[in-house]
Amino acid sequence: MKSRETILEVKGLETSFFTHLGEVQAVRNVSFDINKGEVVGLVGESGSGKSITCMSIMKLLQHPGKIKKGEVLFKGKDLVTKTAKEMRSIQGDEISMIFQDPMTALNPVYTIGNQMIEVIRAHRKVSKKEAYNIALKMLTAVGIPDPAKRMNNYPNEFSGGMRQRAIIAMALSCEPELLIADEPTTALDVTIQAQILDLLKELRTKLSTSIIFITHDLGVIAELCDRVIVMYGGMIMEEASVNDLFASPKNPYTIGLLKSVPNPDILIKQKLIPIPGSPPDMLNPPKGCAFCKRCEFAMDVCLEEVPELYTVANRHKSRCHIYHPDAPKSVRKQVI
Amino acid sequence: MASLLEIQALKKYFTKSNGFIKKVEQHVKAVDNVSFSIEHGETLGLVGESGCGKSTTGRTIIKLYQPTSGRIIFDGVDITNFSEKEMLPYRKKMQMIFQDPYASLNSRMTIADIIGEAIDVHKVTTSKSERDDMIADLLTRVGLMKDHASRYPHEFSGGQRQRIGIARALAVNPEFIICDEPISALDVSIQAQVVNMLEEIQRNTGMGYLFIAHDLSMVKHISKRIGVMYLGQLVEIGDRDKVYSNPAHPYTKALLSAIPIPDPLSEKAKNRIILQGDVPSPINPPSGCHFRTRCKYSTKECAKCDPVLKTIENNHQVACHLFKQ
Repeated sequence: MKSRETILEVKGLETSFFTHLGEVQAVRNVSFDINKGEVVGLVGESGSGKSITCMSIMKLLQHPGKIKKGEVLFKGKDLVTKTAKEMRSIQGDEISMIFQDPMTALNPVYTIGNQMIEVIRAHRKVSKKEAYNIALKMLTAVGIPDPAKRMNNYPNEFSGGMRQRAIIAMALSCEPELLIADEPTTALDVTIQAQILDLLKELRTKLSTSIIFITHDLGVIAELCDRVIVMYGGMIMEEASVNDLFASPKNPYTIGLLKSVPNPDILIKQKLIPIPGSPPDMLNPPKGCAFCKRCEFAMDVCLEEVPELYTVANRHKSRCHIYHPDAPKSVRKQVI
Repeated sequence: MASLLEIQALKKYFTKSNGFIKKVEQHVKAVDNVSFSIEHGETLGLVGESGCGKSTTGRTIIKLYQPTSGRIIFDGVDITNFSEKEMLPYRKKMQMIFQDPYASLNSRMTIADIIGEAIDVHKVTTSKSERDDMIADLLTRVGLMKDHASRYPHEFSGGQRQRIGIARALAVNPEFIICDEPISALDVSIQAQVVNMLEEIQRNTGMGYLFIAHDLSMVKHISKRIGVMYLGQLVEIGDRDKVYSNPAHPYTKALLSAIPIPDPLSEKAKNRIILQGDVPSPINPPSGCHFRTRCKYSTKECAKCDPVLKTIENNHQVACHLFKQ
């Protein structure tokens, strides 16, 4: 799995919002890559910069947001320098996105069929009839019953789960190489969430699409992803394969996060250990480590300097000063 | 000792009228024949998908909605048909924490006024200094600072606002609190803070909770007993461990197997039951058992008659035709 083709490479991405109160540094020096056919989970709390990272990749940032620095290499080409017009041929074709709220992502005055045909015809030179057939095939693939009839329905006639299926069908209709799913199941019920996750798993094996899956639900990550990136305060805190991350988390933030969610499989009552405090204000981000104010292991250096992203094991990285070669071993032992 | 709260065959129908010339009245059966009881110091978790009537049940119990029929018995007194005036002393005993910490606090009132309003209405204190002391005490109890009292809601984060909502509910020393999705609007790391605090308050005061949520793992964590609702009806109720380790109703089984577990190894080993289709409309629910359209075990009998709650083991009841008494 290791020597696979990389399709997306993000290098030193920095995105800020220039508000009248000052600069909000939403994404700070984020680098990662995505291989072909891989599902990478992006976890973090609200305001951790996970959605803005993906908006930057898709270049969907709205004023006053701006990419300050960095490169987004999609199949070797830098997307940051592309114009809006050039991006439009990539958006929805080679890279697609699914949004959190299936209610607002569809246009209420067009039928589902029309909206799907529009997407297909914008990227493919096909006749209306052919586009209709592709749309029909996609709706069948995502498991919408009676798709021919449903093509003529308006979004308000669909339930939440069906709308999300329609959006997935639309996003996949041009067979993208990368799918960005921004909390696609957060607005749905658990039983419908299970249906959608099952669908994404199936489509992924069939089409070998790479997926970036943004969520705050660690359970969903465990179920779907191959690799996980944990974000906090606009930075990557930890990056590991899904098994390594849950079996031996290496960053105090990830450890805290895992301790604060109950595992429903365990019968005895666990004590939940919350992370004290609340996330940092990105208008005035802490000088040192973003997590230092809430971290029980914080040292003096954490307040002053942003730690590097250290490689702590094979394909396992963690941003924490305890992995600095000069850090006291006793502290490191406490953490892990 | 009488139960803290008992509801018997509670129904809440909302009327929806369609048509202009020829009016057609339809009923949305939001809560349809639900009965359960809550003991002192106990937490009952109520779970189900959106639209199953769990929030309406909570709001009807506290009489934000007048029930269509059924009885609500609080501390041995039938409060179903009490007037607003008669309800006043009971409002003091029953409080509610709402889902959205942004919408449930008046943005033009200071924290002291938000919490103090309940104290004033119920005349809990006699003097101004006593009132101030009480507000300060409540704020420290929920983990906020005394000097937060003069601030406004927008100065607080979501988790802090939810604490203010909890302080407001505690202000009148209630015996029973309805928690309507109190943590679903909060971040994962903050959820545990609020849940731990609710548990501690319960240990100290012995009050009862009705904990309404769709996050099944949190409900399991906090509740002693759990009720599962589907389309306005209670389909299963029982002790937490019995419901989770030995679910009887096919819907409960599917619901529990759908919870994503934060552990990739047990996640891969799990046998997930995926339900087909969506929840039917509560205006015209399927005849007989409401779940039969999505149930793989459904028989002819399921379409004909309504299943009733049957006891299958000690403290574990289920409404399904698969179980014969």
